[in-house]
Amino acid sequence: MSEPLKPSPLPPAFQAWFGARGWQARRHQLEMVDVVRGGQHALLIAPTGGGKTLAGFLPSLIDLTETPRPQNAGPHTLYISPLKALAVDVERNLLAPVREMGLPVTVESRTGDTPVAKRQRQKERPPAILLTTPEQLALFCAWEGARAYFADLSTVIIDEIHAIHGGKRGDLLNLGLARLQSYAPGMRRIGLSATVNDPDMIRRWLAPQPVPNISEDGEVLENLSALVMGDPGAPPVVDVLYSRGDVPWSGWTAAHATAEVYDVIRANRTTLIFVNTRFQAEMAFQQLWEMNDDGLEIALHHGSLAAEQRRKVEAAMARGDLRAVVCTSTLDLGIDWGAVDMVVQLAAPKGSARLIQRIGRANHRMDEPSRALLVPAHRFEVLECRAAQGAVAANDLDGEPERIGAQDILAQHVMGVACGEPFHEDRLFAEIRSCAPYRDLPREDFDRVIDFVSTGGYALRAYDRFRRIVGKDGLWKVRDGHVAQRHRMNIGAIVDIPMISIRVGSAKRGGRKVGEMEESFIEQLAPGDTFRFAGQVWRFEGVEGMNAYVLPSPDPDPRVPSWGGSKFALSTYLAARVRRLIADEDGWRHLPDDMQDWLHIQKQRSIIPSEDEMLVETFRRGSRHYLVCYPFDGRISHGTLCQLLARRLERANKRPLGFTCNDYALAIWATRPLGDLDFDALFEADMLGDDLEAWLDESVMMKRGFRQVAVLSGLIEKRFPGQEKSGRQVTFSTDLIYDVLRKHQPDHLLLRCARADAASGQLDVARLARLLQRIRGRITPVALARVSPFAVPVMLEIGREPVFGAAMEDILEENAQELIAEAMDMEDAA
Amino acid sequence: MSTAAARTDGWPPAPVFARADCGGLNMRLNGTRVVLRSSGALWLPLTQTLAAGDLHFEKGSSYAARGQMLPPYDTHETLARIEAEAAALNPATIVFLGDSFHDDQAEARMDPEAADRIARLADDRLLIWIAGNHDSDGPRGLPGETMSNVGVENLVFVHEPEPGRRRGQVAGHLHPCARVSAFGRAVRARCFATDGERMILPAFGAFTGGLSVRDQAFDGLFIRPPTAAVIGRNRVHPVGWDQLL
Repeated sequence: MSEPLKPSPLPPAFQAWFGARGWQARRHQLEMVDVVRGGQHALLIAPTGGGKTLAGFLPSLIDLTETPRPQNAGPHTLYISPLKALAVDVERNLLAPVREMGLPVTVESRTGDTPVAKRQRQKERPPAILLTTPEQLALFCAWEGARAYFADLSTVIIDEIHAIHGGKRGDLLNLGLARLQSYAPGMRRIGLSATVNDPDMIRRWLAPQPVPNISEDGEVLENLSALVMGDPGAPPVVDVLYSRGDVPWSGWTAAHATAEVYDVIRANRTTLIFVNTRFQAEMAFQQLWEMNDDGLEIALHHGSLAAEQRRKVEAAMARGDLRAVVCTSTLDLGIDWGAVDMVVQLAAPKGSARLIQRIGRANHRMDEPSRALLVPAHRFEVLECRAAQGAVAANDLDGEPERIGAQDILAQHVMGVACGEPFHEDRLFAEIRSCAPYRDLPREDFDRVIDFVSTGGYALRAYDRFRRIVGKDGLWKVRDGHVAQRHRMNIGAIVDIPMISIRVGSAKRGGRKVGEMEESFIEQLAPGDTFRFAGQVWRFEGVEGMNAYVLPSPDPDPRVPSWGGSKFALSTYLAARVRRLIADEDGWRHLPDDMQDWLHIQKQRSIIPSEDEMLVETFRRGSRHYLVCYPFDGRISHGTLCQLLARRLERANKRPLGFTCNDYALAIWATRPLGDLDFDALFEADMLGDDLEAWLDESVMMKRGFRQVAVLSGLIEKRFPGQEKSGRQVTFSTDLIYDVLRKHQPDHLLLRCARADAASGQLDVARLARLLQRIRGRITPVALARVSPFAVPVMLEIGREPVFGAAMEDILEENAQELIAEAMDMEDAA
Repeated sequence: MSTAAARTDGWPPAPVFARADCGGLNMRLNGTRVVLRSSGALWLPLTQTLAAGDLHFEKGSSYAARGQMLPPYDTHETLARIEAEAAALNPATIVFLGDSFHDDQAEARMDPEAADRIARLADDRLLIWIAGNHDSDGPRGLPGETMSNVGVENLVFVHEPEPGRRRGQVAGHLHPCARVSAFGRAVRARCFATDGERMILPAFGAFTGGLSVRDQAFDGLFIRPPTAAVIGRNRVHPVGWDQLL
């Protein structure tokens, strides 16, 4: 803590401003002024409501007050937020103190929505503080003249850094930071973050890394930005809702608890109800609405509602006009709403960091605890919610492992740099190695990326005459202005899932847009099908281009169920806590009665696995033989494991018929008994070798992943001048490219990227590898006469959820047989 | 729902298929015995004729010239598929249904090895290049004959399907594909579209996309709602109109 006698680092105008409000600058705000004005990069970690944003801007505001900018100066400070809306909101909030203190500081925001005229003016007469998004920064890097524009840049502030750094968007942002640093070598980097489990990882991410990063003695060198910690707020009060009725056996919507949630809304001023998927939001909203006899103002907010509808909800929230909002992760981040005094998490949170972030949305006064209620959807989730409660109490966060920068993003960045100015490959390589995600990038890989950007990187050198960037003696520049312009239109690290606009009306007459849904959902609908969306049931009429036409339907019970259980997989960290809870028999008595019964009967009929043991149950039911095991490793890695186990069982001649999984368990069924298997061999980690490769290459998910990689790397354009290429066209052509490339150049850069993505993300292969390691030699098989209590939840999923990765051939076969059986006599036409 | 019911509504009977050993489907098209191959080509066993729709050679390099570096392997991949069919069936004649080249310059961009492969393909058989809208002049330096249409058995091969009742017409141009759903998931794949009298072949080229047979471009071509013979990995699956999305 700073000593009381130390002179305040704040100029008198600032002290007066704080004083006039009866405030005092907080310790971490003053520390930020000291550290940043001393020229250091700094990461501020503080809970919500701690004046974090102001702390980030104070050093710049003081700079700009003490040393007024010359007339034609470029921006002094660049503020980057993951959300457009946040950038705009910060502009408003920052303008207040600037005006009240009479500071000579101009503040403007620039996002994808900023009108062209305003952008032009910002280019000619830059504001002192420019507020923007990561995508705009990437675009700046591809401007001609960016170097001159940012020559005076003194500070860059990255807000909500914990929400950006761990993905491809973070990779692109980090590369952009290195670019800015090369324009303005004295630039200080400031990161603002909520509480994280590994601050050093973000400190490293934020600071430029030494190049080379190995000393002559072979020692690994690294830079960490300075760390300023805000005082922790009051610890949150978290409760788990044990329903008055029975805890359900399965499901993911927690619909059984709607009445209790409604009571919570009634008892509080404003409640945020977080759910994990859009469909769940729709259902919960609908059910609350049906019992809303008090006419409470309850709203719905999720990513596929029309933008203006979302803005309306946000504005009503800001005015304090709403009693509750049912929302998805769209409201995890964002503008502070003072009025929220309760957060409900409907269905288990799946990870403690996300939960803590969400709880932080309630009560933005630091000295009062935030309050939250966790509502488990079924029995295992009761345990999971208990585990999450414990994690919050211990302020224990699950984090992601440090990432290695993606090379599709690197390719996009290299192209962007070339669009901005000619570059020398050696100097750019050094600049890129100063980025933490790319600090170990081998030169060979970098050269491969350059070749990819230039000619597509094909072994067959067919395109040398069509180069996009041309190089001579290591100096590269973009081929022409046209190529540069096209690249600029395709910048960014977000690949939108192909979406279809939902319109009320008909293709002939058009209609009002109510929102957007994934094309993959719409594709399954036949005219006349009913489904729930935007708080209402609709009848599907048909698709025309990128629009789906619907009409309101009186059908209370939509025919097409909304697929999609939990969007997030259970985190490793919470899973470990759940296993511990199960193994701890003494602790069971804290659980509701029906939960205790469930655990006791499991103990009688099967076994209760110890914390580090994996239970495998085999039994027969009807004509099928089942294998149910409990890795507790999240549904994504379970799905991958199912696929690989099914392949092995096929080879062992067990004739597997199908499988399904949830976050806790997986079930496989076959025509032959499974009890006599060698389970150590079955779960041997070598399945991650050839079996995985073989499956990956034909997996639908790899194709989807490849599409993303192809768009991000610039192989496929999202847009080109004068024409918006629809998501549908992109999807189709990348599948064909994937098949051809896989056959003719399996080691192509983009296939390597797609595999790396699959391993780290979509298929959670890395996590599966850790799982197989963990259970090695600790598998406990039990042969049962009938299904065990633990197995019921996953068994109930059978047939309810789409089978993960169902093969296209099966789908075609299903229809073909149906048709042949129905209508066609098989006869030899020959 | 079923085609049996549809018959009573006055539609002519649906085409009848039988599984062929190769994984394809046997049927009679306007009275001519044909095999719908899982490669997407059509085989006429009696006259040893193979027909393939839109090849779009050099589509990759066409995009690359404009700055989008699609893989340069499409021409060789497409050729490999034709060669595999030629090896399996040893056709006396191969008919390419037009748009065999992606653009007017495609033949000039083709590498010499690809041109050699085409020449070898023509060694002891006749290649017929139907002119398409992408390649109205047909090939300049490659072997074979360029025609606007050609009749074989009870069938007439053209590039663009003509509206109205055209018995025996076999065309390409539209790149038909089908969307089928089951288990809460949809797949989209290339298909043949036929009512038993006429047929639209799927595009054969490695980089050729597709247009849903439910698109209005297919309106007015068939005398009854067409069946889609959908191409799976090594099999062709007949799917009725009502099962298509």
